[in-house]
Amino acid sequence: MPPHPVPRRRPPLADAPDLAPDFNAWSCPLPLRDHPFVVMGHGGGGALSAELVRHLFMPAYGGETLAGLGDSAAVSLGGARLAFSTDSYVVRPLFFPGGSIGDLAVNGTVNDLAMSGAAPAYLSCAFILEEGTEVSTVGRVARAIGEAAERAGVAVVTGDTKVVDSGHGDEVYVNTSGIGLIPEGVDIRPQRARPGDVVIVSGPIGLHGIAILSVREGLEFGVELESDTAPLAGLVQAMLAVTPDLHVLRDPTRGGLAAALNEIAAASGTGVVLEERAVPVPEPVANACAFLGLDPLYVANEGRLVAFVPERHAEPVLEAMRTHPNGPEAAVIGRCVSEHPGMVVARTGLGGTRIVDLPLGEQLPRIC
Amino acid sequence: MKYIDEFNDPALARRLLDDIHATATRPWAMMEVCGGQTHSIIRHGIDQLLPEGIELIHGPGCPVCVTPLEMIDKALEIASRPGVIFCSFGDMLRVPGTDRDLFQVKSTGGDVRVVYSPLDALRIAQQNPDRQVVFFGIGFETTAPANAMTVHQARRRGIGNFSLLVSHVRVPPAIEAIMQSPDCRVQAFLAAGHVCSVMGTAEYPELAARHRVPIVVTGFEPLDILEGIRRTVRQLECGEHRVENAYPRAVQDGGNRAALRMLEEVFTVTDRAWRGIGTIPASGWRLSDAYRDHDAEHRFDVGGLTTRESSLCRSGEVLQGLIKPHQCEAFGTTCTPRTPLGATMVSSEGACAAYFLYRRLDATAPRPEEATPVG
Repeated sequence: MPPHPVPRRRPPLADAPDLAPDFNAWSCPLPLRDHPFVVMGHGGGGALSAELVRHLFMPAYGGETLAGLGDSAAVSLGGARLAFSTDSYVVRPLFFPGGSIGDLAVNGTVNDLAMSGAAPAYLSCAFILEEGTEVSTVGRVARAIGEAAERAGVAVVTGDTKVVDSGHGDEVYVNTSGIGLIPEGVDIRPQRARPGDVVIVSGPIGLHGIAILSVREGLEFGVELESDTAPLAGLVQAMLAVTPDLHVLRDPTRGGLAAALNEIAAASGTGVVLEERAVPVPEPVANACAFLGLDPLYVANEGRLVAFVPERHAEPVLEAMRTHPNGPEAAVIGRCVSEHPGMVVARTGLGGTRIVDLPLGEQLPRIC
Repeated sequence: MKYIDEFNDPALARRLLDDIHATATRPWAMMEVCGGQTHSIIRHGIDQLLPEGIELIHGPGCPVCVTPLEMIDKALEIASRPGVIFCSFGDMLRVPGTDRDLFQVKSTGGDVRVVYSPLDALRIAQQNPDRQVVFFGIGFETTAPANAMTVHQARRRGIGNFSLLVSHVRVPPAIEAIMQSPDCRVQAFLAAGHVCSVMGTAEYPELAARHRVPIVVTGFEPLDILEGIRRTVRQLECGEHRVENAYPRAVQDGGNRAALRMLEEVFTVTDRAWRGIGTIPASGWRLSDAYRDHDAEHRFDVGGLTTRESSLCRSGEVLQGLIKPHQCEAFGTTCTPRTPLGATMVSSEGACAAYFLYRRLDATAPRPEEATPVG
């Protein structure tokens, strides 16, 4: 009989002063006190993730640019304005209906750059491989990365490979970083949302999250759902061709539309009113969410964007989106308002209202 | 979607609401028993659309919320042991025990897995014959049959490394306890449709007659809930107290006979402690003596744990409908979904979490007088 796995006990914080965060160095509140160990929610894109950035990473790095807290940083270098972004991919399974970890690794970083209005140009791609993984699997991921990069119009120009012991990884982890040029006169960031802005989503929500869930958990919802993973830089360029004055763009990945809207409301000090019935939710996603007790607003997307557009430009921008291959079902879903700053409120189909909060961590399927 | 979209139609909802407004001539207080209904009511803003005098009291029907602290602590203890794979539905992972939750057990090396069915846990047991696999069997009559069937299958297929940590509860005894409380304000019940789809309606006529309360079996979509409220108001206005089935597409009077047979075979009715409320006689199920070797409490010998509830948390009064969530001093301050003092703030079906997520802009009402818990 093999030995039982031994729980990994960390040394007490006092015994590891170099590694332990200094709880007392942070300003009040000290939310990380609640979790002396990393929990899954810290990577869920919700409140726990945000607290880690705000209370642990930002004080440690002391950087100015990180304070923007966007998906990418806008930096100046040699007279050029660059968008710079990085993201790691740890999805399971590696291959799923509609894409793979390779597609996500390219599209995710390309989209993070595109959300600042940049034209993505170059990517790095680093692999962390688990000992024992089939080389052919790594080859499939690499080919997917190459094909996705070609579709997105970017070049992979540098990379790295590390191998960890068997049992210390999940076959393949990928990190990509990317840079792109931000055009003159473009200033797109969450802080720029203004009351009166029209909120537009580029298409149906929730497909990626439910597609992954269905293959990961072996759940079937009548039809096979495909991830919506797609590069969005082309769609953004089509929108910028209408007006460079887009206020905010965000790709609502982890934490879904709810997390993206909450981050924008918080960063800009405005409120958002969401018309629930206007949000395009595909029928299979609605079915799966009803079955599992999940809210589609919190489900991850990988090929969608949400835009805050000044009212005078909203109609032509929407038209441009609908004529682009990545936005035929774009829809106006709400407005930015001066009431309830920092808060997202949904008007329900029946005429009531409810708060749409930042998710804490991962959504948990309900028992019944 | 069939049976989802049709029950979300705003025009039909308006007609039902108009009928409720036209029928109600005075204030009435009714309790929706099920946490799923509470969640739906708050999420869709149904409570905001009713006549001012119609009060919905949120009942104790969230299985996550009422699972006793002692049972959560037993789960945490078992899940921490080497060689154990602890399987649970997702929403149990953040429920606070005395000093931690299952997520924290997982973060310190415990093998805790979210499953979508108890049969998934049984499959994990088959795939890991050298490990002890435990499924956290909580919930009302809705989830009990599937858990019973899983234990039955484990026995039949000789999967000896599978056991169930059981904390099942039953609705009718809880209704009885609520009605016997001296502070009870409940004048009618919306009975939980999913519970009745298993159990049928046979347990309710006697309750309705003895306590002179209408009991309307109600579904979960917005129109289901409005129809349940409409029928309840009509009965109250007419002075009637019948059992009505407003959820006939899922509920038959005789219930699900196969499920009932399975419950009979595997479980035995027992007294059960409800978190925040106290022990209610004959309100739960445990594994029968014939299945004792699959009982995780017996297998892991987790008696004698010391539990400690938060002294600030008033979830017991919330679960009995004695106060609204925002009438608790800790609500939204020391008690939030990220630092829950009680399970009602953890589960998405918990009344406190629903109020915090969707309603915390509401004005805080004055605090009521101290109430005496049932039990």
